[in-house]
Amino acid sequence: MSLLEFIFPPGFLANGPVHTALIVGAGAAIVSAVVGVFTVLRGQSFAGHALADVSSAGGSAAFLLGINPLLGFLGVAALAAGGMEWADVRDARERDLVTGVMLGVGLGLTALLLYLDTLRGSTSGAAIAVLFGSMFTIPASIVPLALAVAGAALVAIGAIYRPLLLSSLSADLAQAQGAGVRRTGLVHALALALAVSLAAMTVGAILSTALLIGPAAAALRLADRPGRALAWAVLIGWAATWGGILLAYDSFYWTPGHGWPVSFFIVMLIFIAYLLAGLVGRWLTPRSLERPA
Amino acid sequence: MTDAAVLSVHGLRVSFSGRPVLKDVQFELAPGEFCALIGANGSGKTTLLKAILGLLRPEAGEVRIDAGASAARIGYVPQKISIDPYLPLRSRDVVALGLDGARWGWPLRSRVRDARVQEMLEAVGAMDLADRRVGQLSGGQQQRVLIAHALVRHPRLLLLDEPLANLDVRSTAEVVTLLRQLSLQYRTAVLLSAHDMNPLLPVIDRIVYLANCCAVSGKANDVIRTEVLSRLYGYHVDVVRVHGRVVVIAAHEPEEIRAALARDPVHTAEIP
Repeated sequence: MSLLEFIFPPGFLANGPVHTALIVGAGAAIVSAVVGVFTVLRGQSFAGHALADVSSAGGSAAFLLGINPLLGFLGVAALAAGGMEWADVRDARERDLVTGVMLGVGLGLTALLLYLDTLRGSTSGAAIAVLFGSMFTIPASIVPLALAVAGAALVAIGAIYRPLLLSSLSADLAQAQGAGVRRTGLVHALALALAVSLAAMTVGAILSTALLIGPAAAALRLADRPGRALAWAVLIGWAATWGGILLAYDSFYWTPGHGWPVSFFIVMLIFIAYLLAGLVGRWLTPRSLERPA
Repeated sequence: MTDAAVLSVHGLRVSFSGRPVLKDVQFELAPGEFCALIGANGSGKTTLLKAILGLLRPEAGEVRIDAGASAARIGYVPQKISIDPYLPLRSRDVVALGLDGARWGWPLRSRVRDARVQEMLEAVGAMDLADRRVGQLSGGQQQRVLIAHALVRHPRLLLLDEPLANLDVRSTAEVVTLLRQLSLQYRTAVLLSAHDMNPLLPVIDRIVYLANCCAVSGKANDVIRTEVLSRLYGYHVDVVRVHGRVVVIAAHEPEEIRAALARDPVHTAEIP
């Protein structure tokens, strides 16, 4: 077996489910990375995670009803994001509490819906797919909708790019400059809903946080300007996703018949990238540029 | 409002949950005037600045801003903000956001935009900070960058909320000198709040003194006087000059302050 065959096992590039996984995975990774940079800068990582958990109720409802699961994730995530911005809780502690409570409600509903699903289908496939992702079982019919969702999220972030940067510097400053702080918050929340829905489709609702926060956190250690931070985040998220798909496909040959979950590999690759970025970032930052005590 | 005034505040009244913060505040600011807004902590300085910016709605009264200095074109430096050291914005990015940060869409680089950013960084003496992340600068350095951010559109009015708080003596003197010089250079009226008037007294044209929800304004020597401030506070205060510094002290604290003092001795520090 040649090295190339070892890395790209026979059938990898000709395999339909692999194609779908590569396309939807890339879309999810790119959008999560771009939105994630701003989510991290706005200190809304927890909200991003909660949104994904809440959206799992929509995903599991979709499995139960037999409709496109992406629509389920999307609908509930968008509702939750809109509600979150509408409630407009300013106090950070209070916001964390409300977010935590809503996260619990969402996962509780998911527990019920997935239980009902196992009664009907008597398998646990839906539970694994909703919570931890199942990339090789994504139906190809989802591709157009996934690409549309990805495009919409990127356009939304592009539109409010400057107000987003301004308000991550200081909300007061953005407001004084007439940058529409609430409108910016709402558009970001909706883009976040799109990103976590896509990520939930690929790595599962619970692990979507990894795709959202990991590449962004790594990128912010490497880049000192916004465009580069976005580019690094996209590169890391995308590479980890495709790398993860490849490794998971390979793993069928390591333990014959039993492939390991794609999500596991993606999350591990992101973790490694984060650690490396920390080391490189420290090396890039001369002592004189470190934060004054 | 005098025709020439850049800013005119008239009978301004602001309350928070029924408690008045500003009752009847009025003053005017002429173009290029350098004015200190002085008051103890909690006297309503930030509230007044936010009302001028249109960030909160006054109960009564009005804030008029000269047409050439429309609300969106007021330069503003907020009270000490904590900037994430990992925020991927260099000083020059922050100044550029002052130029067009409220606009939609992706920024297009242009020679004009770069030149204006460059000019402003030079004006505040922050050229050496241009390519450094703003979150990794010291307080005084961040202050310079934020001033450049506020001035890059050449506003006719610049508001600064406690720009001297948390600065050491040397940085304080530098920032004060810089602001005075910029206000002359760009003919920008400057209103900056501070709880200590001493570093400002040598350079200001005018003072607005806030106490007891009201304001008096005028030349520093006309305002910082025992009779004027006693009338403003509603009880007797003494203006004392020691070693070239001006200190305002309350000789006989009124009942409410004495009661507050008994609860929390630190309270005295808040009477300037």
